[in-house]
Amino acid sequence: MSTGRQFNTIGKPRRRVDGRAKVTGHTRFADDVTLPRMLHAKLLRSPHPHAEIVSIDTSRAETHAGMNLVLTGKDFPVAIGIIPVGQDEYPLARGRVRYVGEPVAAVIAKDEATAAEAVDLIEVQYRKLPTIASSQEGLEQPDVRIHKHSERGNIHCTQAYEFGDVDEALAKSDHVFEDLFFYEGNTHLAIEQHASVASMDGEGKLTLWSSTQVPHYIHRALARALGVPAAHIRVIACPNGGGFGGKCDLHNHEVVVSKASLRLGRPVKICLTREEVFYMHRGRHPVLMKLRTGVTRDGKLTAMHLQTLLDGGAYSSYGPVTTLYSGALQTVTYDLPHYKFEGCRTFTNKPPCGAKRGHGTVQPRFGQEIQLDKIANKLCIDPAELRLKMIVPPNSLTANWLRVGSIGLAECIRTVVDRSEWSNRRGKLPAGRGLGIAVGAYLCGAGLPIYFNTMPHSGVQVLLDRSGQVTVFCGATEVGQGSDDVLAAMVAEVLGVEPADVRCITGDTGITPVDLGSYSSRVTVMMGNAAIQAAERVRALLVAAAAEQLRVAPEQISFGGNRVFAVDDPRKSLRFQEAIDFAETKFGTLGAVGSYTPPPPPGHFKGSGVGPSPAYSYTAVVVEVEVDSETGWITVPKVWVAHDIGRTVNPVLARGQVEGSIYMGLGEALMEEQVYRRLPRKLSDALVHKIPSLLEYKSLTSLDMPEVDTVLIEDPDPNCPFGAKEVGQGPLLPVMPAVANAVFDAVGVRIDEVPITPDKILKALALKAQGKEPRVGPEHFPAVAYRQPILVLPPWAGGDGNATKGPGKGANETRERIVS
Amino acid sequence: MIEVTIPEAAAKRNVRLRLRVNDDEHEVLFAPYKTLLEVLREDLNLTGTKHGCELGECGACAVLVDGKPLLSCLELALECEGCRIATVEGLSRGPELHPLQAAFADLGGAQCGYCTPAILMTAKALLQDEPNPSREHIKAALAGNLCRCTGYQQIYEAIEKAAALMREARPMRHEVKQ
Repeated sequence: MSTGRQFNTIGKPRRRVDGRAKVTGHTRFADDVTLPRMLHAKLLRSPHPHAEIVSIDTSRAETHAGMNLVLTGKDFPVAIGIIPVGQDEYPLARGRVRYVGEPVAAVIAKDEATAAEAVDLIEVQYRKLPTIASSQEGLEQPDVRIHKHSERGNIHCTQAYEFGDVDEALAKSDHVFEDLFFYEGNTHLAIEQHASVASMDGEGKLTLWSSTQVPHYIHRALARALGVPAAHIRVIACPNGGGFGGKCDLHNHEVVVSKASLRLGRPVKICLTREEVFYMHRGRHPVLMKLRTGVTRDGKLTAMHLQTLLDGGAYSSYGPVTTLYSGALQTVTYDLPHYKFEGCRTFTNKPPCGAKRGHGTVQPRFGQEIQLDKIANKLCIDPAELRLKMIVPPNSLTANWLRVGSIGLAECIRTVVDRSEWSNRRGKLPAGRGLGIAVGAYLCGAGLPIYFNTMPHSGVQVLLDRSGQVTVFCGATEVGQGSDDVLAAMVAEVLGVEPADVRCITGDTGITPVDLGSYSSRVTVMMGNAAIQAAERVRALLVAAAAEQLRVAPEQISFGGNRVFAVDDPRKSLRFQEAIDFAETKFGTLGAVGSYTPPPPPGHFKGSGVGPSPAYSYTAVVVEVEVDSETGWITVPKVWVAHDIGRTVNPVLARGQVEGSIYMGLGEALMEEQVYRRLPRKLSDALVHKIPSLLEYKSLTSLDMPEVDTVLIEDPDPNCPFGAKEVGQGPLLPVMPAVANAVFDAVGVRIDEVPITPDKILKALALKAQGKEPRVGPEHFPAVAYRQPILVLPPWAGGDGNATKGPGKGANETRERIVS
Repeated sequence: MIEVTIPEAAAKRNVRLRLRVNDDEHEVLFAPYKTLLEVLREDLNLTGTKHGCELGECGACAVLVDGKPLLSCLELALECEGCRIATVEGLSRGPELHPLQAAFADLGGAQCGYCTPAILMTAKALLQDEPNPSREHIKAALAGNLCRCTGYQQIYEAIEKAAALMREARPMRHEVKQ
């Protein structure tokens, strides 16, 4: 592929800048922080999924030896929530609990054991309320209303959009496919349990060290929750021991230890148990989907109508955003002239769902890619060919007003097809073995922040001093993906030094410029662009000083190998540090800032802020499976993946992100599920997690993980730093549908839901043997009172990106792609 | 399995013990119910050893006790008196990284780095027993260490590279059985 310019650092495999610390035990995670006079917190959690709190008696706990402080909901009058429209929970419950595990009280004591003893002495009287276990129950029982602020009954929110006349287009289609899919919820399962330490510093201000992916959002939210000026709060995001979206909320315990520290004037630590992490959740929403898709007889899409029903759990968390994402990205892979999306999120009495890797886009992609496989099968077209014939062109707008820039999807598909020997092997393998293909796309950062503002999404400061030191500051957060490594690489590339010579200071709201955090795959693109701008500004100072010193024109000055030199005359050369000396003499102390704001969303209708991104990454995956028809057991011997990364910053890390995504995707496809059961009524009727342990919540071990053949496709994107797109989330999306499609190729049954477990395979095989439809999946999509859709004409139908009042008919349907 | 029954009053009284960790002798005063994991992290400030469940399920707390990988969250520190305990902090020789550490850092064996110390120690024990392990042997040795980031492949490659370097450096070493 095009590589264009030569790089010193970008694209070369390297030890990551924080690699040594990670292999020596030096990396300081939140639970590794210990401070003098530190106390420990434990939370009392609700045993009921839905109940009124009648009374809380803390008197026995308060006299327990070694106890320092008891807190309850009375101490926390301000509601919290990560997005402005979702401020619906309290750090400790006030008046009502809505899921098993909701924090009700906290004890701070000299050690964890004492705190746990005192927690047991707190007496809470509850009055149990009827409970809602699923979206279906929520719709059927609007009177058992979990929140007053919901749109109606237990419908938290609905979203609806129509881009062009979908019904008319479906009516004109040669075929219309209607399918139901269900995506079970699952959780992040980062190996690090959440931990936080809050401490009052010498000036009486608060510092919070925490396992968080979003220190800036926590900083803002904490100021509000505590009623303390943000300038008096410093949030330090410790390197996360895995995040995957699970450390993106303002968590109850973060507010509790902060409040306790301010009350006591001493450091307070909490580290959640694994079971508590399962109950805190904020993971993948269970989603029921209905897809109606029209195609021509030669396999071109004419229209799609997608309906989603999300089970949100007990609180908002990121839910309204997840709901929008459940319909946002269906259009960025294949030409889709007409598109209608209706989404609904319900409240249920279970731990809240939120963001997990691929946030909200994973579930509908699962449905879309399986349905395409069914379409290809019905039309007798190779599923890879079907996809290749309808890929969105580069530099175009989609029906729902997303701007696609570079798109390397065709090359991704061709690569996995070639390398898996797809054409020779699909449909031709021995009984029980099969291949499946699927693709996906993901954002390189969300176009809008989670609270409305028009300021930059990322800021970077670079300081140089006469010692030759390059120090770079950014609020971005290391969660394992290599955030610091990208930062160092960008600055090193511009200044011609080694990444290992760049000191990164990150994720600290007290000293680093704002970066919105490690979510939505935004760090490489947004932080990277800001870093390049900052580095180029400081480079300009070095150029001016070096040109003067070397008596050459500034355009002649180049950087590389720790030197600043004249391109045409290598004898005219300064060591990097010498150049700094001259520049510091000429300009004074050397530093510069850079910032990045993504392009404004192309659409102007309400909700058009969810989906836009500076660029989209693309991935294609072929999965091979072996299905044992006796036991239903599924083995995956190999996966082929090609990911359109734009440009690779560090191939070692990029490959790790791809393979980690394949790993997590296989877990979601085959075994992972966050599921609950009702305890018998005579016990408590509680909705409890079925498997809240690392042993029983199944994830792939080293013995289960197949070989992965990874290829990075480089098609540099002009909006991205040196062309580099995201790689942390996109490669997950195609895995689950590719597994389902491979199962069909292997044994001829359709499993239209995840996880695809042996019992479902056996059930489908039994149906097949009986001559019935060999399918396991949802049978029914309930009637949902979606709101009236917002009508927006697609770009090629004369639309201008605004909502139209009319039904969106009659406009010029001649399709002309608007090319940017 | 030793069954330890301690009366409640006695359980609250601290015990004084000598522990040998990374060839350093420590005299430690700790509550007798504490696990080796807790004593390492909380009383010896050796926080390189991690925890992900404290129930023996994730493998993040593995250390070597007398050369064998052991889940430190399931072991009472009391039972480790007189044993040789090795943690990630003792893996490098002075400033020089152990070949496993260098290979993990260079080849993407560590992403978030949280499961890494335990995997390094487990791999060290593997290479002591088998200096030239097959891929299948490595997989089996790591089956009790969960990693959520890497998908394991770069971990295998790092172990294989380190094993090769160690065989080159010390060709006779594998004949000495621990």
